[in-house]
Amino acid sequence: MIFVNGEPRERTGATIAELLSDLGVEARARGVAVAVDGEVVPRAEWPARRVNDGERVEALSAMQGG
Amino acid sequence: MSTEQIPVTDTPFEVGGRTLRSRLILGTGGFKRLETLAEAIRATRAELVTIALRRIDPKARGSLTDVLDECGVELLPNTAGCYTARDAVVTAKLAREAFGTDWVKLEVIGDDRTLLPDAPELLLAAEELVDDGFTVLPYTNDDPILARRLEDVGCAAVMPLGSPIGSGMGIRNPYNLSLIVERANVPVILDAGVGTASDAALAMELGCDGVLCASAIARAHDPVAMAHAIRAAVEAGRLARGAGRIPRRLHAEASTPDDGLADLTPPVE
Repeated sequence: MIFVNGEPRERTGATIAELLSDLGVEARARGVAVAVDGEVVPRAEWPARRVNDGERVEALSAMQGG
Repeated sequence: MSTEQIPVTDTPFEVGGRTLRSRLILGTGGFKRLETLAEAIRATRAELVTIALRRIDPKARGSLTDVLDECGVELLPNTAGCYTARDAVVTAKLAREAFGTDWVKLEVIGDDRTLLPDAPELLLAAEELVDDGFTVLPYTNDDPILARRLEDVGCAAVMPLGSPIGSGMGIRNPYNLSLIVERANVPVILDAGVGTASDAALAMELGCDGVLCASAIARAHDPVAMAHAIRAAVEAGRLARGAGRIPRRLHAEASTPDDGLADLTPPVE
């Protein structure tokens, strides 16, 4: 079990790129950033970085804001 | 009316080694439609606009970054919603990853009722981000000492509030703002509190180098009209600051000379 944007998911072992694909986001999309357990995962690591059991993934994108 | 048509010279608006054409920075928050945002950007002539990072919404329609790219603006990511230096630092790093810019509008707030900056956390985050190579534009209290401390740790500008974010209360302490302007060696950008055009003009008249404005435009009844108004106000205030206002006086001073005043006394009977 992992957590993606606060939601539990049975995707232990999936890569960041695969999880972004689940969310309908291309891995090369501009304006997207990912953190795992509160640490930034650089874009270059998305294809290879696998998410381990219990890890919390935050997948973020551009939003309007002042 | 734009300053290009006015026969006055002005010094360029330089922030963090970049020269900006417009002294008005637009916040993108609060616009109900992306089309309105794009129109407002054109009306403000802003070339720097703020943007935030939030969890990906698979149902979101339209690409904000595409719209902003089409407008030809540079992005200034914010750390809105962060309550600790650590969260703000990580958010800034995520924004650098997402948008490919090391500029950040640093916000570290103390509570959700006032959205006022948490000074100690703000200073900690600013120092860490400057050390990491970021160009840091901190949203700060209208506190001259905190502004100085932020400048001392290497912030590229200071962005004091006029009043709380989204309050539209204008500039509650113009004296503090003047004190910040008086000693700052980095640009001072009024951030937060603008409710209408006159607030933006006052900020510039007090000597601010620029104004950052979101809600006053986005939440106006007619956002595009307000975008024009606030752009004109920033330009008017800048011109007025350069022109030098007359001192305030308690009593009147005639603008028409007394010399040569006609004697219209009727003859004594």
